[in-house]
Amino acid sequence: MISRRNFVVTGASGLLLGGCDRLNNSVRFRAALRSAEKLNMGAQRLVVPRNALAREYSEADMSPVFRSNGTANPGTAEYSRQLAENFMNWRLVVDGMVARPLSLPLAVLKSVPHRVQITRHDCVEGWSAIGKWHGLELSRILDAAGLSTRAKYIVFHCADRFGDKPYYESIDLVDAFHPQTIIAWGMNGHLLTVPHGAPLRLRVERQLGYKSAKYVQRIQAVESLAGIYGGKGGYWEDNADYEWYAGI
Amino acid sequence: MDQAGSNTEPAAAEPIPPPAPARRIAYRHRLPTRVWHWLNALTVFVMLMSGLMIFNAHPHLYWGQYGANFDHPWLSFHGRPIPGWATIPSTYNLAAARRWHLAFAWLLVVPLVLFLATSLINRHVQGDLKPTTDEVKPSHVWRDVRDHARLRFPTGDAALRYNILQKLSYVVVIFLLLPVMVLTGLAMSPAMDAAWPWLLDLFVGRQSARSIHFICAMLLLAFILVHLLMVLLAGPINEIGSMITGRFRVPPDGDEA
Repeated sequence: MISRRNFVVTGASGLLLGGCDRLNNSVRFRAALRSAEKLNMGAQRLVVPRNALAREYSEADMSPVFRSNGTANPGTAEYSRQLAENFMNWRLVVDGMVARPLSLPLAVLKSVPHRVQITRHDCVEGWSAIGKWHGLELSRILDAAGLSTRAKYIVFHCADRFGDKPYYESIDLVDAFHPQTIIAWGMNGHLLTVPHGAPLRLRVERQLGYKSAKYVQRIQAVESLAGIYGGKGGYWEDNADYEWYAGI
Repeated sequence: MDQAGSNTEPAAAEPIPPPAPARRIAYRHRLPTRVWHWLNALTVFVMLMSGLMIFNAHPHLYWGQYGANFDHPWLSFHGRPIPGWATIPSTYNLAAARRWHLAFAWLLVVPLVLFLATSLINRHVQGDLKPTTDEVKPSHVWRDVRDHARLRFPTGDAALRYNILQKLSYVVVIFLLLPVMVLTGLAMSPAMDAAWPWLLDLFVGRQSARSIHFICAMLLLAFILVHLLMVLLAGPINEIGSMITGRFRVPPDGDEA
């Protein structure tokens, strides 16, 4: 009796598991799951006020060690040369659907008044680290470039590559113009280190860590994400099926 | 009332027949309870198994606002501790597990809210789930604990009511564990923390919320295992049948048998 019961239980869990994996491989089921991403984003955009701030912590709350993640060093010949030059010739290009394309030297970015925020970085894997970020509001850069009214997304092109694929990310205008969305050049009171994205990285404080792209060298305003690399708006979105909207 | 619908009451004018070896059938579970039960039977397993896959991505738990590899976990495993038979999908895939988890979360939350509203309106909560003052007396609870330990199950009308251990476990699951699962889940969302910063205060930080989320998930798993065990011991066909049709074959009392 017990063995039959065991047999039934094992069989049922086998069926359940096999079924889940089969469902997970079904294009239509994955599309259904993916539609929940739109539901989650819609619900959060409904509940979260446009300019609601991520919590800013005090220095006492900061992680003693802020681990790095993803690329530790882009390691390309071009990046190594820039690193050797102390990023003296690093420029942040702003182009796409803007009235005035820009090419901003690092020194100019660092010379204007900036924002300092102690925020929590939440990795998609589950860990969190609290650090202090120094940088310029993205909204000011976009205003200086004169964003087209047709632009819907801001794409960040990075200096690091995974295999032959460059890292990139994108956000919509709600996050692009959020007061805590900054192009950071400093962390914890010093310039960004290489593992944390030197010389420039994005901070998107109301989304998971993979949205906060490191080694940013070009900001592109676009109307649609289709046609940019895999078309899903980011390296991980294209290659690992992570959600484009990472507010949860 | 769930348990009011006994169909063996003799008509008033008829002479009372001798106590036949009656197969007394009573209406025990109303439709909202049954629908919610079977929906949860699906959803909770998907949530647990996809959640365990997400846990595999960083199998370390911390207290406080932050917590990562260089900090001090209170629970920590090497590698990917949860085996494939317990996860969705069965091979490591954080992105897919998150898609399952964050989609099925809606099937957990929306029916939970509907069930709570319905059960307050139809007085399932007040009439069936709320312990009476007599039932929460230590002597009564202790007697019920002993009855459970001896696998002595209630018969007759008593079998149509939830006993005190049942009531307490259902109340803890419905009014404590499930709401805390939902709120700690929300507290892990950086966007929700911006909208509702009190979530971070309530659970004393995102990593504490993540730990509580995990602990409550394990308590729910323990509840499910005990629940399944009790169903098997109390007569699975009658118990499962009553959760499908609502009708329960009442175990006869000693003097009825």
